[in-house]
Amino acid sequence: MMTEIEHELRRRAPRTDPVPDLSQAAAAAGLLDVAFATLDSPLGTLLLATTPRGLVRLAYVDHEGADSVLEQLATKVSPRILAARHELDEPRRELDQYFAGARRRFELPLDWRLTHGFTRRVLQATANVPYGATSTYKQVAAQAGSPLAFRAAGNALGSNPIPIVVPCHRILHSGGGLGGYTGGLERKRLLLAVESGQPRLADP
Amino acid sequence: MARRRVPSPVRLPPFQTLLDAHGRDVHRFLIASVGATDADDCYQETWLAALRAYPRLHDASNLKSWIFTVAHRKAIDHVRARRRAPVAVGGEPPEPSPAPAAPGGAGLGDDDLWARVRELPPKQRTAVALRYVADAGYDEISAVMGTSEDAARRNVHEALKRLRTEYRR
Repeated sequence: MMTEIEHELRRRAPRTDPVPDLSQAAAAAGLLDVAFATLDSPLGTLLLATTPRGLVRLAYVDHEGADSVLEQLATKVSPRILAARHELDEPRRELDQYFAGARRRFELPLDWRLTHGFTRRVLQATANVPYGATSTYKQVAAQAGSPLAFRAAGNALGSNPIPIVVPCHRILHSGGGLGGYTGGLERKRLLLAVESGQPRLADP
Repeated sequence: MARRRVPSPVRLPPFQTLLDAHGRDVHRFLIASVGATDADDCYQETWLAALRAYPRLHDASNLKSWIFTVAHRKAIDHVRARRRAPVAVGGEPPEPSPAPAAPGGAGLGDDDLWARVRELPPKQRTAVALRYVADAGYDEISAVMGTSEDAARRNVHEALKRLRTEYRR
């Protein structure tokens, strides 16, 4: 049973709104290993995560779930993860420009640490496929040093931690088939349509 | 930049999860412990210290007690530093302390009750703040303050007794 004084203590307890922001001080102290923010895009909500080295992760929230992406980052990169919009100003700006059709090349630094070996080589070959062009699983496998490993190249692209910016949507089957896509084929179609000069995804 | 990372033996949730779950209550706890003026500084010190130590944490089973332990220590440090500080060193003028409630007045105003809490002996003050701001159980209070559960219960009980007397006045 709660006594009157207990009731009063709870009722009159200090309030706070909003709590002070921590992310800037954490970044200044070198304690922010992973900063994240979301971005509303024509392809749905994107989760962006950066380390001091560069963009380390981009995820379609409806596809992977923000919580599970952040948990992966906590395990694989560092648990020192905070929401910090200001740390993602540059990626957000470049992506906005890209969706508006006003940017054909990303210039933001990337942190490749979530990729290794063959996968990294495939993705780095993919990063060199220019806007509006396409390549094939076979070609990127060859560029990664294993011409016969096109199936493994497909897997590597499927595990792309930074889709859109590392344009795995530009990789197709040799026969011209779409192949697969981490965020669903509809998104791959849309991205390719935008880059081929078809209707814009967003108003500029 | 080759920073070596000591892998943690436990699965730690993203730090933001902790901040979302307890940020607000930690801030309120610090307002109750050191007053609104100094709470922001203590809050930042608390979370930065926690963030610094976080990857090396060996036990993630009671993160609430852990973060309030850090906050409790920062509050103690803060009160000690205050006491040591000479009155009026250059820089900012000393903060006025909250005016005491008028003696014999008709009950306590909203802020006065918690101003009274701040005048309690430190252990009672902390125990009350943990219980009625952070909604902590006696097990959590004892974990944060490093006492037995009985002692935690006693601290709250004594504090309530004292506050009740003043409250009725």
